[in-house]
Amino acid sequence: MIPLYDYSLDELSQKLQKKEVSSVELTQSVLKRIEETKAKLNTFITLTKESALQTAKTVDQKRIKGEVLSPLAGIPIALKDIFLTQGIKTTCCSKILSQFIPPYDSTVVKRLKQNDVVLVGKLNMDEFAMGSSNENSCFGPVKNPWDLERTPGGSSGGSAAAVAASQCLGAFGTDTGGSIRQPASLCGVVGIKPTYGRVSRYGIIAFASSLDQVGPFGKRVKDVAHLLKAVAGRDSMDSTSADMKVPDYTQFLTKDIKGLKIGIAKEYFIKGMEASTEKVVHKAIDHLKKLGAKIIDVSLPHTSYAVPTYYLIATAEASSNLARYDGVKYGYRAKASTLQEMYRKTRGEGFGREVKRRIMLGTFVLSSGYYDAYYKKASQVRTLIKRDFDEAFKHCDLIVTPTSPTTAFKLGEKMEDPLQMYLSDIFTISANLAGLPGLVLPCGFDEKNLPIGLQILGPHFKEEKIFHLAYAYEQSTEWHQRKPTV
Amino acid sequence: MITCFFFSVMVIKKFMHITKELVEHLAKLALLELTEEEVTRYTRELDSLIGYFEKLNELNTTHIEPTYQVVPEAIVFREDSVQESFKREEWLKVVPQQEEGAIKVPKIIDVG
Repeated sequence: MIPLYDYSLDELSQKLQKKEVSSVELTQSVLKRIEETKAKLNTFITLTKESALQTAKTVDQKRIKGEVLSPLAGIPIALKDIFLTQGIKTTCCSKILSQFIPPYDSTVVKRLKQNDVVLVGKLNMDEFAMGSSNENSCFGPVKNPWDLERTPGGSSGGSAAAVAASQCLGAFGTDTGGSIRQPASLCGVVGIKPTYGRVSRYGIIAFASSLDQVGPFGKRVKDVAHLLKAVAGRDSMDSTSADMKVPDYTQFLTKDIKGLKIGIAKEYFIKGMEASTEKVVHKAIDHLKKLGAKIIDVSLPHTSYAVPTYYLIATAEASSNLARYDGVKYGYRAKASTLQEMYRKTRGEGFGREVKRRIMLGTFVLSSGYYDAYYKKASQVRTLIKRDFDEAFKHCDLIVTPTSPTTAFKLGEKMEDPLQMYLSDIFTISANLAGLPGLVLPCGFDEKNLPIGLQILGPHFKEEKIFHLAYAYEQSTEWHQRKPTV
Repeated sequence: MITCFFFSVMVIKKFMHITKELVEHLAKLALLELTEEEVTRYTRELDSLIGYFEKLNELNTTHIEPTYQVVPEAIVFREDSVQESFKREEWLKVVPQQEEGAIKVPKIIDVG
């Protein structure tokens, strides 16, 4: 018999609605799965076992009473430890917030609660979402369920690994330069970074405010469509959340993609990417062609400038956002005899190596005398990168690319070389710079049996088109049915 | 293989060198207490990263407007109305040190 945790969110949603299973049974199955596997994977920072079972019980009672419930009601999900959760420790995997218990919920959490979701815990990540391997967490790295010696990717590594290992039916993460899509690719799950402004960021710990966006992970495209629908839409508490209607994404999941115009950019097939990744992605594109899509060559000529542009802008914004951690109002405070000393020591001791590196870099690019040459320059190149996409989308509906130049690399492999680590985001960063939505789903495996993800990019607020293509691809292939043996 | 490719794109004229003094100055601006080892490490790393970032100088951007916000729909203001916020006691629960309902910090003015 298949254990309950092994089904997809959508399948379980139907089982719950038909009362074939109860949320308590499902939650118990998931909690047992977590207990069996969490030490191996290091995915969970905080488990909320008791409140999860309590919520599950309440949902079951509501269902018995015949209340109309959300498709997500009673479904166990988990959150990257960057979402504020009232009364539940929220650490951002940093020493500086390691004891922080927020007095309020982020909007995403509020909306999930309105949907009667069962929250099972908070997930590991790179400190302040800065990293591509989850090795910058103050709680140690997450292990990739497909190979425990390898990284799950980052920064939402815990979220991707937990979904891949069926420790939850869905998870949420954040994506500033690829932090949802790269780990989704490396762990063989589905993840979407919606359009900038699609989901409220109120109550989510900020990294780079002109780039940050929130999104879900799931085992299937439809699972992710359910999860995004539940949290998207205008929130008066976030002035960057767009006042745009949220479509029911699940209504766009059809298999017919005849005539859909798909752009392929040669700049995303660079010399030096792993041969198996290139081969698998090309095969996926051929498959889309067989399904009836029209493949069109497009050009994104400024792609090779995306990594330097991103790291100049993101670190500048981070150095400003992280100025709030000073030991005064909340978080860690170092012992000191003067205020100035307290600031310096709190920050010096409280932040990890990568976070300090980025604060230093950001301080440099914003500092007097260097601002024009670095920050302003990067913001001008950002205009060029955005124009590339504006032009490309005149000729196609969606763009399909690889997600990561390599499959999951070994833990420790890139830790001593920040530039090599930054370059692992080479295919995901442009979407953040241009504010575009991007979804990643499994499209094959390499010779080491490590998953490879296909990235689908779309114009602003066209998530439904992306879901449509992703669903058609998924339903006509079998990659999503493979599971890691952990 | 990947290393070869990525580093081959770095052949550019480098005009900025990060010195130890600059790193110490930045640490002061960012209010970060760094150890000697960290200063040495960040000097080396920032120098290498800035060198790579100067790749942007290949592009002439003289007449290009900078972009700070990419999605025009994602700027929405709300009514400026008074609403109930959090209770003081709730916030004081997360304060590292307090006295009589106020946040306490070490000596602010150093007369020495």
